Amino acid sequence: MKADRALVLHLAVLAALLLAHFLAPAYHHANLARIMVLSIYAMGYNIAFGYTGLLSLGHALLFGAGLYGAGMGVMHLGLPAGPGLVAGTFAGGLMALAVGVLALRTTGVAFMIVTLMFAQAGYLAILYFGQWTRGDEGIVITRAARAIGPIDLSDDASRYLVALTLFAAALLVNLALARSSWGRVMVAMRENEERSRMLGYNPFAVKLAALVVSGLYAGLGGAAYGLMFGYVGASLASVQYSILPLLYVLLGGAGTVLGPFLGALLMFYIIDYASSLTDAHQFVTGAALVLLVLFAPRGILGAIRAKAATWLP
Amino acid sequence: MDFGPFLLLALMEGLVTAAVLALTASGLSLVFGIMRVVNVAHGEFFMLGAVLAWFVSVSVPGPAPVAFAVALLVCPLIVGAIAALADILVLKRLNYAPEPTIVATIGLLYILQQAALSFFGPDARPVPAPFSFRIQLPWFGYAGYKLVVVAAAGLLLLAVWLILTRTRAGLIMRATQQDRDTARAFGINVDRVYAGVFAMGAGLAAVAAVLIVPIRQAHYLMGGDPLLLSFIVVIIGGLGSLRGTLVAALLIGLSDGVISTFFAPTLAKILATLLVAMVLVFRPQGLFGKRAP
Amino acid sequence: MAALTLLEARGLTRHFDGLKAVDGVDFDLRQGEIHALIGPNGAGKTTFVGLLSGRIPVQSGRIRFAGRDITRLPAHARVRAGIAYTFQITQIYAALSVFDNVALAVQGRGSRQREADTNAALARVGLESRAGQVAGTLSYGHQRLLEVAMGLALRPRLLILDEPTQGLANDEIAVFKTLVRGVVPEATVLLIEHNMDVVMDLAHRITVLNFGTLLAQGTPAEIRADKAVQAAYLGD
Repeated sequence: MKADRALVLHLAVLAALLLAHFLAPAYHHANLARIMVLSIYAMGYNIAFGYTGLLSLGHALLFGAGLYGAGMGVMHLGLPAGPGLVAGTFAGGLMALAVGVLALRTTGVAFMIVTLMFAQAGYLAILYFGQWTRGDEGIVITRAARAIGPIDLSDDASRYLVALTLFAAALLVNLALARSSWGRVMVAMRENEERSRMLGYNPFAVKLAALVVSGLYAGLGGAAYGLMFGYVGASLASVQYSILPLLYVLLGGAGTVLGPFLGALLMFYIIDYASSLTDAHQFVTGAALVLLVLFAPRGILGAIRAKAATWLP
Repeated sequence: MDFGPFLLLALMEGLVTAAVLALTASGLSLVFGIMRVVNVAHGEFFMLGAVLAWFVSVSVPGPAPVAFAVALLVCPLIVGAIAALADILVLKRLNYAPEPTIVATIGLLYILQQAALSFFGPDARPVPAPFSFRIQLPWFGYAGYKLVVVAAAGLLLLAVWLILTRTRAGLIMRATQQDRDTARAFGINVDRVYAGVFAMGAGLAAVAAVLIVPIRQAHYLMGGDPLLLSFIVVIIGGLGSLRGTLVAALLIGLSDGVISTFFAPTLAKILATLLVAMVLVFRPQGLFGKRAP
Repeated sequence: MAALTLLEARGLTRHFDGLKAVDGVDFDLRQGEIHALIGPNGAGKTTFVGLLSGRIPVQSGRIRFAGRDITRLPAHARVRAGIAYTFQITQIYAALSVFDNVALAVQGRGSRQREADTNAALARVGLESRAGQVAGTLSYGHQRLLEVAMGLALRPRLLILDEPTQGLANDEIAVFKTLVRGVVPEATVLLIEHNMDVVMDLAHRITVLNFGTLLAQGTPAEIRADKAVQAAYLGD
């Protein structure tokens, strides 16, 4: 029963998003497609930060690996969009593995700075190796290259449905992961690493595995973002894109399956709304970060879970 | 120009970078050393110093040296006050827990950057140097102001060192660094010490910016580089060690001048960031520091 | 008792900045015994069990466990090999339920009956009625018991208890003693303990450490009669 309740909730969210495909006005329809793709990235961030307790400030490197894995695969190797998506996903996972092997030798603040520095080096490397990455101006992916078989990703309707499909897969895998025995081990590592070690769990291995899964998600999010919206640029791998998923996850609720989506949805519209009033949307981001850590460190779903719905995965 | 004079020029430019960097980084180092806070908004305090210096330069009438002197005095105080406010309103309430504190300073970074963009605008604006004499060397002329920057930075660092080692305030700061709870038990107002240290750290960044702004111009995005370089310096020098910070600032400043004269600056930055990451991974006590307790 | 040796340490050494925390200790544990480790404060007891459990790397010397050299084995692998350690300062997952705390131990050793084994371990320490409670809200005594339950749920061959009765009330200590007696002889128990009544009552054999070295070893009666121990520790 407990299991069903959570599954029903998640399926209901997916059904609502499918309904929105038919009902939502064009503007919101386009926004939702983007939010779903960014949510995949944020879910990946949540697996590292929310579940395993790894506060990374360098996930833009993994998102960027996905973007450029797909974008450069399409541009230089002539990959079709489908294999490009796969290439980007694995690029994210591999990058996470490489970073994790080094960065996971540190913890806490040092881990934050190390990941920040790796991401910064990655961002600068994109600019420096401009002859392959097209540096600052970025790669524009042609319409012809943005097709998965018969599905044209530059078409609004099919883009939405592809985004929803990927999002649904990511969400359900995340749900299964969170309820699996391995999900409990990740949480245990977050709650008390030393205790976990003395129950026979290898902290390095658990954290590395979590980071690689997180990297696969971030890579998929990045690759989908690049292919669906037709642009791969260095600005999408800048430090702001490391902060973005942190913000989404903090707002929606760290360590909850739906938190990243909820956070991305709300934050997207808050910034959208603020931008219509003023051009000071960065202020909204900054204020949201400060207010969240001060007054709602558990985020929306985290607070709901603590107060009312302990069954929420 | 021959190689010799070229190298000399590069070294002189490097010395200016090193001097300003040492000031900025010592602020970051002080805050980390005493409060154990990693302040990601440190670069924005630097930026605020420069931007405020521009406001002072256009609003204070009279000759350039007067406006500059006012800026040198007023900007660090304003920035310090903003920092103290941030400490009291935000960081203190987080009880300085490491991870939430970093996230909060990231938020602060965005807020300060946006404030500068809204009130100052997106353009880079020059601030006149207080004087413009040139020193004529046999091979090239050199702006005398740059050498004044080096001297002023040296004096300020000396002052910081004297405050920390020779005054009662410094003693209180060091006592708080050793053990917050014991310091509190001895009647030290730890909250006030923390607010003061955070203000002083920000003020050091601001004063560095006021010194350099006649050479570099003020811009709302100018905080990124000083932050990165300060991180590099503080981490390589050993987190929280002021002496290590100075040595590393000199090393990085000089090599930055030399490297960016001969190599692409982006490549230099890539190598520097990777170096920082590697130092933290393999030698967390810094290259010059001893293992911290 | 057939004196099968479960664990054997030879020349075990660990110095910290010149402080000889553990210095050349030879030590044997017999299968199925309750062995107490005592000594004045700073004698190196916690460091010594840290070396056995792998929480502290061995500087020199060798450790064999169940016929296998484990000197270089990391802590988590030693847990899998059958050495469980309960912390001196209670280490539980304060935010998780009592059930989940124990289930993590059960799951860690690859049990196929997670639920049943977890409930069995909880029943053994008398916490089965509190399975759904958040662990951090348990009383101190119950938290200690929960930690023991986690140790038992690992089904270790060797259970190391670091000052388990510290801070417990007398009736709780009585419960605890019964519990430990029930663990042997399937498992072996190594106990660091300050409460001499508990030591003399429970232990089959006792090892006394002083200044990082082995001072004496023997049955409770032998230790009580040992002049060196009396001088260093019991006497005053």
